[in-house]
Amino acid sequence: MNRYPLWKYLLMAAALAIGLLYTLPNFFGEAPAVQVSSGKATLKLDAGIVPRIESALSAAGIKADFVQFEGNSAKARFADTDTQIKAKDAIAKALNPDPNDPSHIVALNLSSRSPAWLTKLHALPMYLGLDLRGGVHFLMQVDMKAALSKKAESYAGDLRSLMRDKGLRHAGIARDGEVITIRFRDHAVLAQAQALLADQMADLQWVEGADGSDFKLTGSLKPEAARRVQDQALKQNITTLHNRVNELGVAEPVIQQQGADRVVVQLPGVQDTAKAKDIIGRTANLEFRLADMTPEARAALDGRGPVPFGRERFGVGRGAPVIVYREVVASGDMLTDAQPRPDQYNQPAVSVTLDSKGGRRMLEMTRANVGNFMAAILFEKNKGEVLTVARIQGEFGNQFQITGMGTTEAANDLALLLRAGGLAAPMEIIEERTIGPSLGKDNIDKGFASVTYGFTAIAAFMCVYYLLFGVFSTLALAFNLLLLVAVLSMLQATLTLPGIAAIALTLGMAIDANVLINERVREELRGGAPPQAAIHAGYERAWATILDSNVTTLIAGLALLAFGSGPVRGFAVVHCLGILTSMFSAVLFSRGLVNLWYGRQKRLKAVSIGQVWRPEGATPPVQQG
Amino acid sequence: MEFFRIRRDIPFMRHALVFNVISFLTFAAAVFFLITRGLHLSIEFTGGTVLEVGYAQTADINKTRASVEALGFGEVQVQNFGTSRDVLIRLPIRGDLKQSDVAARVFERLCSDAAGQLAARQYTTAQGEQVSRMACLGDNEAEPIRLSRTEFVGPAVGAELYADGLKALAFVVIGIMAYLAFRFEWKFSVAAIVANLHDVVIILGFFAFFQWEFSLAVLAAVLAVLGYSVNESVVIFDRIREAFRRFRKMTTREVIDHAITSTISRTIITHGSTQMMVLAMLLFGGPTLHYFAVALTIGILFGIYSSVFVAAAIAMWLGVKREDLVRSGGRDRDPNDPNAGAVV
Repeated sequence: MNRYPLWKYLLMAAALAIGLLYTLPNFFGEAPAVQVSSGKATLKLDAGIVPRIESALSAAGIKADFVQFEGNSAKARFADTDTQIKAKDAIAKALNPDPNDPSHIVALNLSSRSPAWLTKLHALPMYLGLDLRGGVHFLMQVDMKAALSKKAESYAGDLRSLMRDKGLRHAGIARDGEVITIRFRDHAVLAQAQALLADQMADLQWVEGADGSDFKLTGSLKPEAARRVQDQALKQNITTLHNRVNELGVAEPVIQQQGADRVVVQLPGVQDTAKAKDIIGRTANLEFRLADMTPEARAALDGRGPVPFGRERFGVGRGAPVIVYREVVASGDMLTDAQPRPDQYNQPAVSVTLDSKGGRRMLEMTRANVGNFMAAILFEKNKGEVLTVARIQGEFGNQFQITGMGTTEAANDLALLLRAGGLAAPMEIIEERTIGPSLGKDNIDKGFASVTYGFTAIAAFMCVYYLLFGVFSTLALAFNLLLLVAVLSMLQATLTLPGIAAIALTLGMAIDANVLINERVREELRGGAPPQAAIHAGYERAWATILDSNVTTLIAGLALLAFGSGPVRGFAVVHCLGILTSMFSAVLFSRGLVNLWYGRQKRLKAVSIGQVWRPEGATPPVQQG
Repeated sequence: MEFFRIRRDIPFMRHALVFNVISFLTFAAAVFFLITRGLHLSIEFTGGTVLEVGYAQTADINKTRASVEALGFGEVQVQNFGTSRDVLIRLPIRGDLKQSDVAARVFERLCSDAAGQLAARQYTTAQGEQVSRMACLGDNEAEPIRLSRTEFVGPAVGAELYADGLKALAFVVIGIMAYLAFRFEWKFSVAAIVANLHDVVIILGFFAFFQWEFSLAVLAAVLAVLGYSVNESVVIFDRIREAFRRFRKMTTREVIDHAITSTISRTIITHGSTQMMVLAMLLFGGPTLHYFAVALTIGILFGIYSSVFVAAAIAMWLGVKREDLVRSGGRDRDPNDPNAGAVV
């Protein structure tokens, strides 16, 4: 009766093998590496960088463990720190011909030491949280009110031109916060306008009202439109942050949305908060300027003449070099939106929207310059980079399209870069944490010490008190730990100090199931049951209680997961996973071990579960009352 | 080895009244301290700034306090953290200041007190990671004071955490009650939750009385304990149900005594094991895990007491009858079915 079918043993073996495989990468530790990422907004790295790095290394006679491209940066791993530093210099020299204006960021970094075949299986080490490896954490609040007012302002501009186009006379359009008010002298015009607005401005909802002798329409964003605006603002801010953080050359920066209007930025390894804040808070600026394509300017481009007066030369970026006028037609703060959207021939294009001021200036400029070229230039750290140079094909105002970038991807990139100029809405740091590297190391040591000593104490007690069954329980507990670490590694969960505490606590609680089982088996033996039957009954009858007690613990774990944030979440994830793995290991796995040991012995006389004490002279209790 | 050599059922319920009075008094004391002293909430809840600095020599807390107070950031708390060289400085939120700079300014001040100068320090760790940080450099490149950790939490975040904490507590209470009502009966679910909330209030009472810092980690510990010690009640209730079915001549009181007696060995061994783990955290986990482990310790100890003496007694006062449980289980369940309610 205490035998498992073969598939259950196979399941155990498979779980053990997978557990070992995915736990393994955590033991290798980290090795020195060099990380290469893009130093320019216009430069996007792809796998093509790998052979360049490899050739740079072989030219310098340095051997890397591997060079690989992942996400948006390339990493090369080295055997020791000396090689790493040499390699950094070699790569930097090869990739950045001009050290004053680096196009690539080459930074020293860490990479997992685990062998390539494990990485290929996606068996990666757990990601260590900031409290374990040191770094900075920012929680940034996006000012959604500002994003909404900005949007409302652009709508107010659109409204003015729309009313003018349709010849509707109004007595003023005003914006107050997120609310737009249009005044009318005449109710008939109001009705006309209302019909027009319902048709043309689907994102706004209008309420009619009176204002003295005048009539007015009060418009506000519809809730779903407001949500969309907020969503976009948040996404754009995250993109902008990504671009800026890349510059820090941080190994694995975390930039994530949290809730409806917050962004978490975590920069492991970074200790210099001032610099980090400076980079995160930096504003890039976008400028639209008219390009000069006169013969003089062309001569200057070829180096045959000086740059004409009042012009400027930009040598970096798409369409560069180019000579542009110094006057700014429109700047980034006038840009309300830039989206990749195919043009009427279904070619990739970027559709740009400016606010009313920008639109007016664009209209004036384009009226006189049809057929000429316009450039978009992104300024960062006082250095300009050309994003695009395009021919002005007709007169346009606050809405226009940029075409000719060839691929949809290029269109996406351009739209992103145009928007990357600034933040869609201002952000404020509302939470900031920095953890020094030595403190992180300390936390790891202390966390592991707790788990180790606690585990040893429990194991020793179980083995002494329950003898062989205690050994089985201990093995099951060890298996639980293995499985938990494997699952966490598989999910690439972030391990934090509360997470380690949760591992310890989960192990401490998981032993409950085995205590339940062992006590039950003893009780069955005390009641006079034969050993095989006692084992069977012990496991079977303890199961319902184990399930009940784990469900109640799981309810608490889920509550923490749902409502917790930050450290509590790290705790809750591990706690919930631990409850699940412990049900598997304590019941199925330990039973498997017992079955394997005792299951085949037909005439089992005794089991090694410690002393089964019976009151003297007591008769075995009646099984069924 | 067998620790528990119990010959006959221990009459726990004979003293139920006494235990309940003790519980009630402890509970009342906890509530009293919670009201009069309140919890010493960490800055995660209140908002504010925390700096952890490590001095090269033993820190002079009073001097540190005086110089931070001189900066005029409001009421400052300065205390040792872990060792005599590590100091924790807490600063409240002040509306008129740019909060994210507070930590930097305090460190600058402490650095100049220690005759050091702020400078960016760049180095590469043994693993080869490049680190650049603001360090306080004294003579000969020594660092008289190091910034180990800073934390700044805005006021809005704190208020939300507070609300979320209460929501989580409500979720756990409702979830567990619903589950127990479904698995057993409402009287048990009320008894279990009253018993365990009584634990929670007592943990909070301890934190209020000693003015220990109540952080997010402690909140997590409290909720984890709530889920965990309900187990205990579940195990006993399982046994009560089983005994009602098996021993038809026993009175309710005898059934409860029997159930508690037959589960007491498991109760103590399990809690002992969990406590060993928690003790390891308390001893080796360092200051960060200290209060987390303290909350767990109190929770585990009171968990044993409350599920043994309080939960069962409340169920008894609520008038649990054989019919409540046997009616639901007797008809449609085979008494020999091993899955029909656990018997541990």
